[in-house]
Amino acid sequence: MTEPRTLFEKVWSDHVVVEEPDRPAVLYIDLHLIHEVTSPQAFSGLRARGIGVRRPDRTIATMDHSTPTLPRDVALAGLDVLAKKQLDKLAANCEEFGIEVFPWGDQRNGIVHIIGPERGFTQPGQTIVCGDSHTSTHGAFGALAFGIGTSEVEHVLASQCLLQRRPKALEVRVDGTLMPGVTAKDIILGLCAKLGIGGATGHVIEYTGSAIRALDMEGRMTVCNMSIEAGARAGMVAPDETTFAYLEGRERVPKGAAWDEAVARWRTLPTDPGARYDKTVTLDASKLTPMITYGTNPGMGLGVTEPLPTPDDFDDPSERAAFEKALRYMDLEPGKPLLGHPIDVVFIGSCTNARITDLRAAAGIFAGRKVKPGVRAMIVPGSHEVKKQAQAEGLDAIFKAAGAEWREPGCSMCIAMNGDHLEPGQYAVSTSNRNFEGRQGKGGRTFLASPLTAAAAAVTGEVTDIRTLLMS
Amino acid sequence: MARFTKLTSHAVPLPAENVDTDQIIPARFLKVIDKSGLGDNLFCDWRYLADGSPNPDFVLNEPASEGAQILIAGDNFGCGSSREHAPWALTAWGLRALISTSFADIFKSNALKNGLLPVEVSDDVHRELMAAVQADRAAELSIDLEAQTLRCPGGEVVRFEIDPFAKHCLLNGIDQLGYILSFDAQITAHEQRHA
Ligand code: SF4
Repeated sequence: MTEPRTLFEKVWSDHVVVEEPDRPAVLYIDLHLIHEVTSPQAFSGLRARGIGVRRPDRTIATMDHSTPTLPRDVALAGLDVLAKKQLDKLAANCEEFGIEVFPWGDQRNGIVHIIGPERGFTQPGQTIVCGDSHTSTHGAFGALAFGIGTSEVEHVLASQCLLQRRPKALEVRVDGTLMPGVTAKDIILGLCAKLGIGGATGHVIEYTGSAIRALDMEGRMTVCNMSIEAGARAGMVAPDETTFAYLEGRERVPKGAAWDEAVARWRTLPTDPGARYDKTVTLDASKLTPMITYGTNPGMGLGVTEPLPTPDDFDDPSERAAFEKALRYMDLEPGKPLLGHPIDVVFIGSCTNARITDLRAAAGIFAGRKVKPGVRAMIVPGSHEVKKQAQAEGLDAIFKAAGAEWREPGCSMCIAMNGDHLEPGQYAVSTSNRNFEGRQGKGGRTFLASPLTAAAAAVTGEVTDIRTLLMS
Repeated sequence: MARFTKLTSHAVPLPAENVDTDQIIPARFLKVIDKSGLGDNLFCDWRYLADGSPNPDFVLNEPASEGAQILIAGDNFGCGSSREHAPWALTAWGLRALISTSFADIFKSNALKNGLLPVEVSDDVHRELMAAVQADRAAELSIDLEAQTLRCPGGEVVRFEIDPFAKHCLLNGIDQLGYILSFDAQITAHEQRHA
C-alpha cells in the first residue's frame, strides 16, 4: 500500500520532472498567466537569448494592473503614456510569440485571477503560476498555484518549468458555522491576524474543515487569494462536488467523455486519511465576527467591535515599534475602537472580492439606501463577464441609485497604478488584500474588510458592524 | 547573472519589520518595460518629502549611507507583492547583500536571481549587528559566501545558511534558465506522459 499523501504532495509529485540530489526540483507548469506589468523584461530576456516560448498554448495573457477603469473612450483620451507603452508591449509580445491575449476592453478581459477560473482555464490538480503574488487564488480548485518573479516568468516562458524547493505543508482547519454577516473574507482576515504576516512563510496551506466545505467557490477563492498575506506560497482546497459544479460547462474545461475522465481523476486528489502535514492550525468559524484591519499589514486585524491594541499588548520590542509606527501612519489612537471611525472612500473590487457573489452581497446592503454624502464609493467588477452578469441582474442600477460609481473592470484602487487612488490622508474601507503604506495611493490609509462591511461603511460613512444593518 | 563571492562594506541600518515590496518600490513606478531607473525610486515614499526633496530623517539620505552595499533590515523583509522590481531597485541603488532574521519567500527567490545575497541571522546576532552599525555608521561587515560566514564589526564571525544550489549559482554566476533547459529531453518526456 502506498503512503497516504496530502493534496499538495499529490499535485507536487505529479509535476516533478527531475529532482537531483542537493538541487531544487524542476517542476512542470501546466498554466502560465501573464500580465503587462511583470512580463516585459521576461520577453526581452527571451529575445536576448534568441529563444521562443515553449508552450504558447499553456500561456494566457491579460491586461489588468495598469488599465484605467473609466469608460474606454474617456480613458483612452487620458491614458498615461507609460501605461500605454506597457499595454502595447504586451500586445506586441503576445503577437510575436503566439500567445492568446485578452486585451484591455475585450469582453473576455478582466483581472488575471478572476478570468482564469471564470473561463475554466484553472482546473484541479494543475500547477499554475503568474508574476503576481495573488496567484494563490487558483488553489481554491485544488491546484498548486503561486506567484513568481519576472526571472521566473522568463524561465516558464522558455521551458514551461521552474526550479522549486519543496515547501512544507500547513493544514488550516476551519470548523463551525459562520454567523450571519460573517464571510469568507472574515475567515482569511481572522487567519492573517492569528498567524501574522509572516506566519506561514515557507509553507503551502491546505484549508480543510466544515466551514471551508460550506463555502462556495468564490468564497474559497477569497480565502486562498490572501494566503500570501500570511506569507504562504500557496493556499489549496481539495476539489469536491462544489468545485465540479462550478467548472462544468465553462469555456475551457473538457467536454463530454473527457469531462467524466477529468472528474474521475480530480476525485483522487483530496488528502488521503492519515496523511501528515508539517503543521496544523485551527480556527473556529462560529466564533468569528466581521473582521477589519487597522494597521499597515493584513495581519493587523481584529473583530470590528474590538478596541485597538495598546503598546503594552506587545512584549517584543520590535513588534511594539511596528505597531506604533503603523498607528502613526494610520493616525489612530491605541485602545480605542475602530467602530464609528469616519471614512472617505469605499472600494469594492480586486481579485479578492470582485466576483458576482461579492457584488450581490454589496448590492444587498446598498439596495434602498444611499451612500453617505461626502463618501466616494467605487464598485469595480473583476472582469467583463462579472460586469455583464451584474448588469443582467440589475446590480449596477442598485449601485448607481445609491450614489456609488459603477466602473469598468480592472485592478483599480487595489494597486493604484491606473488612475484610481486615494489622496494623502484619506481613509478607505477596501475589499482588496493589502493595507501597506501607500498601497492604495501615497499617504492613503486602508481598512481591509469584506464586501458587506465595506458596503455598510459606504452608507453610514463610518466603520460599521454590518450585523447592526442586517438586523434593522 | 552577476557573481557573488566576497563583500566588505559598511551598512545601512533599517530597523523596520515586515518591509513590504510596496515600500521598496511603490506600484506607480512599475510602469516600465525594462529594468532601468528603479534605483532613484527605491523606498520612494520614505525617502522623499511631499515636495520631492530628500527626507533628512530617512537613513538612505544620510551621508553615512553613501556607497553602502549592505542593508540590515527587520524581520520578514520583502513581504507582499512578487515584483522583481524590488531587487532591481535595491541593486540599482548599489546594494549587494541584505541581512535580516527572515525574508519573504518570493522576494528571496527574486533577490538570489539578481546577485543580491539575502543573509539570514539569528535574533541575537541581528540585534547586536543593528546596534553596532547604528553606533558606528562606518563600521565594516564582511561576507564570505563560499565559507557562508559573516564577520561583524566587532570581529565576531557567524555562519549563515543558504540553499546549496543558490550558493553554487551565485558563486559561479550561473544562470538558472540554462540549467533548466539542460533537461529538455526530460521535459519533453514529461509532456508526453501527461498529454
Ligand atoms: S487586484 Fe490587486 S492583488 Fe489582485 S492582481 Fe490586481 S493588483 Fe494584484
